[in-house]
Amino acid sequence: MFQLVEKRRWFFLISTLVIVPGLIAMIYSTITTGTPFKLSIDFTGGALWVMEFPHPVPPGELRAVFVQAGIPDAQVTTLGDPQTLQVRTRPLTPEQKLDLEKKIAIEFGPGVTQLEYTDIGPALGTEVSKAATLAVIAASVAILAFLTLAFRKVPHPFRYGVSAIVAMLHDILVTVGIFSILSLLLGWEANALFLTALLTVIGFSVQDTIVVFDRIRENTPKYRGDAFTTIANRSLLETLHRSLATQLCAMFMMVALLLFGGATIRQFIAVMFFGLISGTYSSIFNAVPILAGWEERDLFGTKKRPLAGA
Amino acid sequence: MRNRNTIALVLIILLALFVLWIVLPIEHPSWFNRLLFWQQPPESRAVAIQQGLDLQGGTQALLQAQPAPGQEVTSQDMETAKVIVERRVNALGVTEPTVQVVGQDRIIVELPGIDNPTEAVQTLKSTGQLEFVEIGSSDNPKYPEVAQGVYVRTTNRPDSPITTTLGTRPLPYPDGVFKTVMTGADLKNAGVALDQFGAPQITFELTDNGAKIFADYTAQHVGDILAIVLDNTVLSAPRIQSAIPEGRGEITGKFTQEEAQSLAVQMRYGALPVPLQVIGIRSIGATLGSDSVQRSIFAGLLGLCAVLLFMIVYYRLPGVLAAGALLMYAGINLAIYKLVPVTLTLPGIAGFLLSTGMAVDANILVFERMKEELRWGRTVSAAVEAGFSRAWTSILDSNLSTLITCAILILFGRNFGAQAVMGFAVTLAIGVAVSMFTAITVTRTFMRAVFERSAAEGLREKRWLLGF
Repeated sequence: MFQLVEKRRWFFLISTLVIVPGLIAMIYSTITTGTPFKLSIDFTGGALWVMEFPHPVPPGELRAVFVQAGIPDAQVTTLGDPQTLQVRTRPLTPEQKLDLEKKIAIEFGPGVTQLEYTDIGPALGTEVSKAATLAVIAASVAILAFLTLAFRKVPHPFRYGVSAIVAMLHDILVTVGIFSILSLLLGWEANALFLTALLTVIGFSVQDTIVVFDRIRENTPKYRGDAFTTIANRSLLETLHRSLATQLCAMFMMVALLLFGGATIRQFIAVMFFGLISGTYSSIFNAVPILAGWEERDLFGTKKRPLAGA
Repeated sequence: MRNRNTIALVLIILLALFVLWIVLPIEHPSWFNRLLFWQQPPESRAVAIQQGLDLQGGTQALLQAQPAPGQEVTSQDMETAKVIVERRVNALGVTEPTVQVVGQDRIIVELPGIDNPTEAVQTLKSTGQLEFVEIGSSDNPKYPEVAQGVYVRTTNRPDSPITTTLGTRPLPYPDGVFKTVMTGADLKNAGVALDQFGAPQITFELTDNGAKIFADYTAQHVGDILAIVLDNTVLSAPRIQSAIPEGRGEITGKFTQEEAQSLAVQMRYGALPVPLQVIGIRSIGATLGSDSVQRSIFAGLLGLCAVLLFMIVYYRLPGVLAAGALLMYAGINLAIYKLVPVTLTLPGIAGFLLSTGMAVDANILVFERMKEELRWGRTVSAAVEAGFSRAWTSILDSNLSTLITCAILILFGRNFGAQAVMGFAVTLAIGVAVSMFTAITVTRTFMRAVFERSAAEGLREKRWLLGF
């Protein structure tokens, strides 16, 4: 039988290789900007104003209007095409906004349309950030409790929970790391949808892991004489078809959405895309090997042992 | 067993027809609408997909109560504030606005169709404008429809309301402009007392300036109606019984204690019992939304075709049955969105599509288990049964973890009015639940129908048909 679990040190190595660049990006980003990746105004507070002009406008000109109106910290960028501009500033009072609208009309003519406007007070931004962190922690704790409960009839149920959580942390790190890199390269910002994608990845990662654990749970009493690694290998192979088939179907949907879907949810889908791949990988190559390694008191599979007569 | 399965099959076909009837964009009979949407006002009862703000364009504002130091915000305060904000929102002429109290001290206002929020939000935030408005004689009423809840234009605020369509509120005299006799600036206090019969009445006290204006006016207009108007809505239209020289008076009417209390509060505070501050605004234009929807639907259909094709090619005959179950799954989801109703946002559509991709998972678990059972030598019909019963624990446990994260997302989204987050979590949760139902019920019924005859044993030879 193909020895998957025995080769776990290679899988751990691959995982590390994937996570490390993300970690470096996050550390770099934290040093330079103070946050591990760019945060949208959902978390920092501020105003985001997307306008469409009847003719291309250099961002500097628009910025000048804001500075003149007494708002020196306006950041203006183009969004897609040179006629659509995005302005990010601190929160604006309605009076300020009306004033700016008038000034913009004077400067650029009456054909300016507002495509989108979001204004989040700073207190709300902080509150949302706190709630987001809380949500991730709450999800992890709830899932750990659920797993321990679901597997309570198996010897050492706590290990199943912990292994699944470690696999989940792996997925979180991979997802967040990749996002950090994309944030540095493409300027992506984390908003409430990013949090949604992250929590969804957590949910699906554990879902995948549970299917394999379930098979192990079923096989343990059936093959009572065998070593745990053998049972683990067998369970992995038995569920491999299903894991790959499900992953493929989910990928079909997401690739279709990424390529043909609307632009506003593209980042959201991309984050889930990477997260789900990582989720399947971690269930097979992290959760089960950790479980087996724990059982053998040999986490990295480095101890020499006689060849198993599988 | 065969008979029970046939009954199940018939039920499923009936369900499919029902779902089809709901999902198709046809007129549904009014008794049906009334039954389902008995809570809604009559105009908005229809079986249709509710679009979120990001799809139809609009503005959402999050208001926070800012009590004065020492003032406690009670739920009664928030309810009153909600009613007042609702009235102001209606005055903007928005169709189907939503005003909801969220948490202890927040209100979410959703204004579909208003994509420039500045004016609208100004109106919401501003303190109410109280006016005393001349309506005319009560013996020969020229304007008999002026009563509590009606909108009127006044000389003080002739430009409000800004449209003539006020949702469900009446504007009986759209061209009439009534004369404002006095504004709330001259109102010193308002309270509630019981008259000699024990019925609640509103007592009020005016400033010196107001007392003078009032004294002159009431002396000349005994028997006329003087409406008390707040934000262009008539609070009460009492008749002037006699001259009021002292600047103090009572308003009698058919008030309950709560109504009198509420009215007095509104008169006193210029409407809001506690000041509201706008802490967040989200506004999106409609064009962005509709474009995204079309593209997402196209992408979704593409992905769905790919998934169906894969299932049929990889699992052959069971795959065809699963494909049928999947189409039914999609239909049930859409029907649920229409019936509950679920407000659909763009991430919500993504959640629906994603859950469709994952819905095959339950079917795949069963089929893989079935293949194993066949390899171990079971009969075809026994393999079908074993496949479903053995796979069920996996399906249940694994989907529960996704449901846990959905629950957390819904709590998060609801607290901050994040329609996007909630939209996704709700459609995903519904999708997961329905997928469990269709895999275990629909697919199993189809499979049993096809595989339970003894002729199915012949299929065992044709292994390729079963997906080996």
